[in-house]
Amino acid sequence: MPANNYEYFLLLPHIVLSVGIVLSILIEIFTKKGKEILPWVSSIIFLFVGVYSLLTLDKNFLIFGGTVEVGGKAAIFNFIFNIAALLTVLTSIDYIKKYEIFYSEYYILIQSSVLGMMVMSMAHDIIVIFMGLELMSICFYVLAGLNRKRLSNNEAALKYFLLGSFATGFIVYGIALIYGITGATSIQNIFENFIQYSNNILFIVGMLLLLIGFSFKIAAVPFHMWVPDVYQGAATSVTGLMSTAGKAAAFSVLIIVLGSNLTYSSPIAFRNYFSIIALLSTLIGSIIAISQNNLKRMLAYSSIAHAGYMAIGLAAGNKYSFAGIVFYLAAYVFMNIGAFTIISIIEGKDETRLTLDSYAGLYKKNPFLAAMMSLFMFALAGIPPMAGFFGKYYVFFGAIQADLTWLAIIGVLSSVISVYFYLRVIVYIYFMNETEKFDIEKSLGGNLAISLTGLLVLFFGIFPDTFMNLITNFIK
Amino acid sequence: MNIEIILFLILGLVAAISSVMMITRKNAVISAVFLVLNFFALAGLYLLLNAQFIAVVQVIVYAGAIMVLFLFVLMLLNTEAEHKLFIDKKGIKFFAIFIAAFVFIEIAFLIFKGSPSKNLSPEQVASINSGTIETIGQQLYTNYIIPFEVSGFLLLAATIGALVLAKKKFE
Repeated sequence: MPANNYEYFLLLPHIVLSVGIVLSILIEIFTKKGKEILPWVSSIIFLFVGVYSLLTLDKNFLIFGGTVEVGGKAAIFNFIFNIAALLTVLTSIDYIKKYEIFYSEYYILIQSSVLGMMVMSMAHDIIVIFMGLELMSICFYVLAGLNRKRLSNNEAALKYFLLGSFATGFIVYGIALIYGITGATSIQNIFENFIQYSNNILFIVGMLLLLIGFSFKIAAVPFHMWVPDVYQGAATSVTGLMSTAGKAAAFSVLIIVLGSNLTYSSPIAFRNYFSIIALLSTLIGSIIAISQNNLKRMLAYSSIAHAGYMAIGLAAGNKYSFAGIVFYLAAYVFMNIGAFTIISIIEGKDETRLTLDSYAGLYKKNPFLAAMMSLFMFALAGIPPMAGFFGKYYVFFGAIQADLTWLAIIGVLSSVISVYFYLRVIVYIYFMNETEKFDIEKSLGGNLAISLTGLLVLFFGIFPDTFMNLITNFIK
Repeated sequence: MNIEIILFLILGLVAAISSVMMITRKNAVISAVFLVLNFFALAGLYLLLNAQFIAVVQVIVYAGAIMVLFLFVLMLLNTEAEHKLFIDKKGIKFFAIFIAAFVFIEIAFLIFKGSPSKNLSPEQVASINSGTIETIGQQLYTNYIIPFEVSGFLLLAATIGALVLAKKKFE
């Protein structure tokens, strides 16, 4: 364990982001042009923190009495969150003016939510997990309802807040029961004696409550009812961040909790729970998405299905599948934010152009957007050589290693179903005639974000080994 | 008589009188203010028992946060309807007396027959000692520094969020 003052130095990414939040508030107070400056300040902070985390991967320690972990998989997650936030901020520069939420608080809240995610992914103590989760969730509740004049925004924020606090209640009650039985909040202490505790019904109930709360946060069936309404009602850029980085943060906690279980005791204690979650999420998400005409709603159901694929990895509960989930999350973050960015550029001022009809004949109007949308749809469908394919490949491989071949087959079947609704978008873009005439807004930041995500999706798809090797080194 | 007993008598008297005053006032707001006084007296009793942390939490959370909520609700709602409730339903009073008597007998039994302060196990003694400000502060500033600092940012984010959502004018 490193010396005491060095511990603070290891927390540099978190400290930089925290200082950035306070600095952003000061910029907003003391300058008149805060709204124009803040996106660039946030971008620089996110870029620095993301890249710095990736460069300090090797400094993998448990610090502050074993409550938090720096480096290793926490650093990989920091990279994912910060790049996702960077892309979201780039998208937002033009979008939030159109959406009438042109406040500097928007950027401050995004920064705070990313801080919450980073705290979640480094936590090795239930209290730290809970604080990070709350920080992230509260920022998301506000971001979902930032435009008070829009009914859809209010609906999204209220539904998200009520159901989200309900899920938080489950988590807190679970934590209370776990603490009551084990007398410890450290995940290591809890799982060292997992087998002994697992005879205690209250401990199992506590663990299940914790898992149910997080199943809500990752948007898995049967805790998915809020997802379509919230994703559709919130601003598109916010939805992009919520559905990707927010989900990744919740998965990072599940990987920490179940991954510690891997080290100390039986990794398959909650296999049945996650098998059922995965089975329901993949099938229900894919099947309902077929009937959706609104693109944001379709992507919401697709996000439920993707949560299901990743839950297959949790059910498998071995080294390969956990590494696969991390890879899948990275790929999913990039392809989904890309798709949401394109939606945010095409949708009209009052969200009028969200249906598939608006995408008919898009390739004539803007070949670049058309090509990139097709790229992201192929990637989401899991067609090689895009990143989405390898995400699914690693997770299903882990499931087969764990003798869960039936679950892998269900996953493949549901991917086949999902190809239909992803490719339908491409059919509309390239093979349908234009039905309504409109001009596509020019958005420099949006185009930059789309190009970046497109490159990342192709890079992860063509050279999956580079990133995968990094991840497997740190999943023990 | 040493100072602890004198303080206990004073605080206990204040707590008992204020709780009786609280339930006998007609005006709900005055009742609430007596409840605050009662909370403060209880916090003093906790201090005498060497449970400093609980005393501070009692003042901050109960007397501070929860009572402010109570007062807001009382001022916003019309409390006139409450009188009718008691006039119409005499049964409620007997039920309340029954519950209060039951709890009183239970506590009296525990104090005089159960003698809870005797035969403490070492773990219980340790948990009593961990209630001091020093132990909690030391934990908060060493091992739990991260959740402690994050809670600061949580409050900051919640304040910003509340301001954005409740701000009167759009710019």
